[in-house]
Amino acid sequence: MANNEWPLWEVFIRSKQGLSHKHVGSLRAADAEMAVENARDVYTRRSEGISIWVVESNNVHASHPTEADSLFEPAHSKVYRHPTFYDVPDGIEHM
Amino acid sequence: MAELNIQELERRFQEKIDNDIRIEPNDWMPERYRQTLIRQISQHAHSEIVGMLPEGNWITRAPNLRRKAVLLAKVQDEAGHGLYLYSATETLGADREETIDDLHSGKAKYSSIFNYPTLSWADMGAVGWLVDGAAIMNQVPLCRCSYGPYARAMVRVCKEESFHQRQGFEIMMKLAAGSEEQKAMAQDALNRFWWPALMMFGPPDADSKHTAQSMAWKIKRNTNDELRQQMVDITVPQAEMIGLTIPDPDLKWNEEKGGYDFGEIDWDEFWNVVKGNGPCNKERVEARRKAKENGEWVREAANAYAAKQKMKKAS
Ligand SMILES: [Fe+2]
Ligand SMILES: [Fe+2]
Ligand SMILES: [Fe+2]
Repeated sequence: MANNEWPLWEVFIRSKQGLSHKHVGSLRAADAEMAVENARDVYTRRSEGISIWVVESNNVHASHPTEADSLFEPAHSKVYRHPTFYDVPDGIEHM
Repeated sequence: MAELNIQELERRFQEKIDNDIRIEPNDWMPERYRQTLIRQISQHAHSEIVGMLPEGNWITRAPNLRRKAVLLAKVQDEAGHGLYLYSATETLGADREETIDDLHSGKAKYSSIFNYPTLSWADMGAVGWLVDGAAIMNQVPLCRCSYGPYARAMVRVCKEESFHQRQGFEIMMKLAAGSEEQKAMAQDALNRFWWPALMMFGPPDADSKHTAQSMAWKIKRNTNDELRQQMVDITVPQAEMIGLTIPDPDLKWNEEKGGYDFGEIDWDEFWNVVKGNGPCNKERVEARRKAKENGEWVREAANAYAAKQKMKKAS
């Protein structure tokens, strides 16, 4: 039976012009065309979207949670990347 | 990263939960947390799918086109709910088809309410009003469940459920304001669905073996009895408003607790239905099993077509 199972797809929906596609969930479908059609029925029954992306789940490569510390730690120590790091004297405007 | 021992991992896990940090699919989690979620979410998914059957029963016999369109949309939503939930179980490493096969073999349960028959059109009203009403009450706190994908699925589900309850209440309201026969039909539906709807919240807290752990893990946010009380308190005035009578002679407002006291639930009936001896258990599971068997050739054909298209593209 298991080999008849359709592959898993991740679904991304653009809710309106000007916004990026956002992950909404996943579904099973035999091919990309069917995945788009199923996504239409499963995730946009109330006009939630105007554009759909589907990506086969095994094509998604993710960072691993146990590596989160080493991956993201370097950014934590670089507070000077934020404007709030800098002192701006009173009276200076438009900066 | 250094290997952490299991106690340390569990401590960090519980710390996250206590701080209301959501757990996501690839995060470390205790095996029992994973298994509890797989069991609960797949049961929930099965309930949505099996729940389509009692209402599907009336689609072709809806009294007019408006009612038919509404019921069709409602049942289609339930299919969607099942799909969101099966997807959520897959994020935990469960195999979708295996969980479905567990339903078909009787190993997995689903909400016992769907083992009651829908005998008249008024039952579409009672189901929407009471069954979806109870489901909403269960599902709203699940929107804050500690497991991210489950919580997100519940947010979608809850948004969609509110029309389900309203369309059911509308049916009841119309019938209750109709002819003598129509009102009697509505009352009969309420009589049959009231107690099973209260059973939907599960056994009393004293007998609920999973509640304490599920609450510590923030999978569950309220106890069964708390939610049941809420359901009674909200529904009684609604019934009064449309002139229907809750079939419970012991129902009485209790000023002190600010809620209703209500009669003893027949838990023997509940356990009997859970064990498979309700009026429709066999029929429901059989219908699902047949649906999978009869759809086998479609799934095969779609796979064959997809493979052919791929080859064509490659050549
Ligand atoms: Fe639902
Ligand atoms: Fe539900
Ligand atoms: Fe519903």
